[in-house]
Amino acid sequence: MITLAIGLSIVLLLVILFLLFRIGTLASIFRGSTQRAAGTTKTSNKVNSILMLLFLIVGGAAFAWSFADAWDDMNQPIASVHGAWTDSLFWTTMIVIGIVFVITQILLFWYSYKYQHKDEKRAYYYPHNNKLEIVWTMIPAVVMALLVFAGWKTWTNITSAAPADSVVIEVMGKQFSWLVRYPGPDGKLGEANVHLIDATNEIGVDFSDPNAMDDFMPREIHVPKGKPVHLKIRSRDVIHSVFLPHFRVKMDAVPGMPTKFWFVPTKTTAEVRTETGNPDFNFELACTEICGRGHFAMRFILVVDEPEEYEEWLASQTPFIEQNPQLLTKFTQDSKDQVVLEKSTEEVKTEL
Amino acid sequence: MSSTDISLNKDVHHAHDEHDHHHDQNFFEKYIFSQDHKVIAKQFLFAGIFWGFIGGFLSIIFRLQLGWPEATFTFLEPILGNWVVNGKIDPEFYLALVTMHGTIMVFFVLTAGLSGTFSNFLIPLQIGARDMASGFMNMLSFWIFFLASVIMFWSLFIETGPAGGGWTVYPPLSALPQAISGSGLGMTLWLISMALFIVSQLLGGVNYITTVINLRTRGMSMTKLPLTIWSFFLTAILGLLSFPVLLSAALLLIFDRSFGTSFFLSDIYIAGEALSNTGGSAILFQHLFWFLGHPEVYIVILPTFGIVSEVIATNSRKPIFGYRAMIGSMLGIAVLSFVVWAHHMFVTGMNPFLGSVFMFLTLIIAVPSAVKVFNWIATLWRGNIRFTTAMMYAVAFVSLFISGGLTGIILGNSALDIQLHDTYFVIAHFHLVMGAAAFFGMFCGIYHWFPKMFGRMMDEKLGAVHFWLTFLSAYLVFMPMHYIGIAGFPRRYYSWTGFDAFNTFTDLNSFISIAAILGFTAQLIFLFNFVYSIFKGRRATANPWHSNTLEWTTPVNPGHGNWPGEIPAVYRWPYDYSKPGAPEDYIPQNVPFSQTQSSNLPYERDLE
Repeated sequence: MITLAIGLSIVLLLVILFLLFRIGTLASIFRGSTQRAAGTTKTSNKVNSILMLLFLIVGGAAFAWSFADAWDDMNQPIASVHGAWTDSLFWTTMIVIGIVFVITQILLFWYSYKYQHKDEKRAYYYPHNNKLEIVWTMIPAVVMALLVFAGWKTWTNITSAAPADSVVIEVMGKQFSWLVRYPGPDGKLGEANVHLIDATNEIGVDFSDPNAMDDFMPREIHVPKGKPVHLKIRSRDVIHSVFLPHFRVKMDAVPGMPTKFWFVPTKTTAEVRTETGNPDFNFELACTEICGRGHFAMRFILVVDEPEEYEEWLASQTPFIEQNPQLLTKFTQDSKDQVVLEKSTEEVKTEL
Repeated sequence: MSSTDISLNKDVHHAHDEHDHHHDQNFFEKYIFSQDHKVIAKQFLFAGIFWGFIGGFLSIIFRLQLGWPEATFTFLEPILGNWVVNGKIDPEFYLALVTMHGTIMVFFVLTAGLSGTFSNFLIPLQIGARDMASGFMNMLSFWIFFLASVIMFWSLFIETGPAGGGWTVYPPLSALPQAISGSGLGMTLWLISMALFIVSQLLGGVNYITTVINLRTRGMSMTKLPLTIWSFFLTAILGLLSFPVLLSAALLLIFDRSFGTSFFLSDIYIAGEALSNTGGSAILFQHLFWFLGHPEVYIVILPTFGIVSEVIATNSRKPIFGYRAMIGSMLGIAVLSFVVWAHHMFVTGMNPFLGSVFMFLTLIIAVPSAVKVFNWIATLWRGNIRFTTAMMYAVAFVSLFISGGLTGIILGNSALDIQLHDTYFVIAHFHLVMGAAAFFGMFCGIYHWFPKMFGRMMDEKLGAVHFWLTFLSAYLVFMPMHYIGIAGFPRRYYSWTGFDAFNTFTDLNSFISIAAILGFTAQLIFLFNFVYSIFKGRRATANPWHSNTLEWTTPVNPGHGNWPGEIPAVYRWPYDYSKPGAPEDYIPQNVPFSQTQSSNLPYERDLE
């Protein structure tokens, strides 16, 4: 019954709209506005040009208000050294393009209003002006050159080689979570291989490699404040992307091609909690490359500690292989098999 | 049949005496398998409008999800069936919606619907040709596109769902059915459809280029061409050079999917087993894809540059400011569009030095784009502007192009792209600059050339209502997305509520969704106006906008062959509007200087 009522009222509404449209058409024929060249009808031309001006003024005001209103929410806390650089470059560029935006939009809508059709008027025949063209080619070219230079400098700094004393962390993306591995006291990550992956050994660490013996895989990333952190990023299935919004860090995790990103955290989790007044604040790691059903749910927590807290946390971690000693038995077997396998392939090669 | 058609047939027969008895084409020859460029243009237009509604409708469904992530949508069950479980849209189907929305809008609407319609319709009419260089190839182009459309449309209804790996279909996600169900049959159909689509584009493109080069009428030198033709010409060249690269990427992906090769696959463990694929590069696909993908955005926007330039000049009653600079900037954009593709890949782990190079090349594009905007604004200056619906769309196009284009300066900067890559800032940027703007250019063209296509006028009042609602909602949808993007909200997220960092802006997202629904609903006004006007619109005159270009010298309903008598010769550029001393405020291109002695400029006296 209700569906019928809704249906009927929609039909009725459409009929009314159609009648209004017909009446409008007939009225314009009666007024004789159809006899004039299209777009020169007095009222509609006036209405539309005034609407253009209104759009500029009301739209501009609404934009300014909503921008100010959204300001707090759109500025995520910055917690890395290079984040401060990119944010300042971002807002500098925003001001530059903001100026151009305001000037061009005002001119566009103001001219539209001001030079609306008038019967007695004639447009000004002004096909070109080379001087003007050169000026407004050169100005953007110079501005772009400056922006390119600033961007290039920042980019080169950010992507330079990671310092040798960095805290190295391996981050591996999988559908649909993150796996994290620390190199342990020896500072070296053990070898890993996609063919060694199983339900327990999710990264596929090769435990026949001595460097792997002290590697550990925590459930949260911990990093010390003020020290460079070097993320070694990998993926084991499809492309993912490591995104740490508060650190302005993003780098794709590509299967078969390790990537990296390094940054220096400047604020501990506790500091940001007091700064934002949000006791539950956490640094989060998100995925920003479409990877399937659970793309939106690849959340991982990152904690920035004071250096001494970090050392404590580090000391409290136990190596992965100690937690899962059963893996080791399988490994001694596997590595022997592999040696045999490699030998046989060599033989094949020599035969060929 | 009208008398023009009869006399036209005589003309054709004159050239082909042996075909004397082929008087009347039957229904199929005339409307279905027609080789007339005007009919083919209309076929592309109808197909484009159809796809536009499908693509728009898909976006409304996923906007519902994004606007009200906690709501249940049981009312969608009749349409979506099992894709809605207990009122919740399936997350994989959500990704499929996003993917198909992108594919449909970029390729089927804004490439085929836009270039297909206006290049086909306007190239012969504006350069003074009877038809395209090869009418048969032109017909083939449409029907192969039609086949691609059927396959893509079919893929929407299969059980495993359409392709769901994003419109960029990055492997391994798109290569492995284990990774997402859309990468099964849906992706196969996507690849077949796109391969056909590319064939169709190439057939069309070769034709456009050949026609522009060879079939210009007497006097129509390249520097007397309307800017529309220049833009279609350059678009066709871009397509011809870049689409084959996508075809190769698609072929390699087909090999990886079906024949066990490893072009893009390496070191993968999925669904409980390690795959044997090794040595491939997932990034290689991205290079191939964006080598097309970036020129593609210019394939979408260049034709609208031409359309908008033409409409602004006509309705400001002024010559386009800096005609040669406009051509030069389009040439610059076209060339540069081939060397900026990797700015889509700053954070893929590509060598940072390469990032610097691509940042530099990308930001250069801002210069010719800025020149175009300044020239359009200068054309409005001291004009005598007629606010036809087409003109309003043209002005709004410039506004959207500025708003969306400026943020390209931010995203093209690799250092800033780190934070903004794959966030809503990107969504806002490209929807304004190539989505909304290209749609506005397309509407501009439809309203402007409708009288020549169908011999009737569209209703200007309904046009104005449609325009204002669409313009308003375009800004209401895409402006706030910048805020969400600056906050880092990633794109292609089913919901953001799982993250503390992204659980803000819920009201704003609902607002965007409401604005999107408003914008979509407003298109029904367009649809009504379009269909109604084809049959019942006010009859058009031959040159309703008092325009200079050649298509307006044809009869109201141009028949096959376009001009009933001889093809008019061209004597002047297409922008002699409001020339001092001329009695009217326009002088069509086919008026010789000898007839306009009162308005000739000093250097034109020699041409009298």
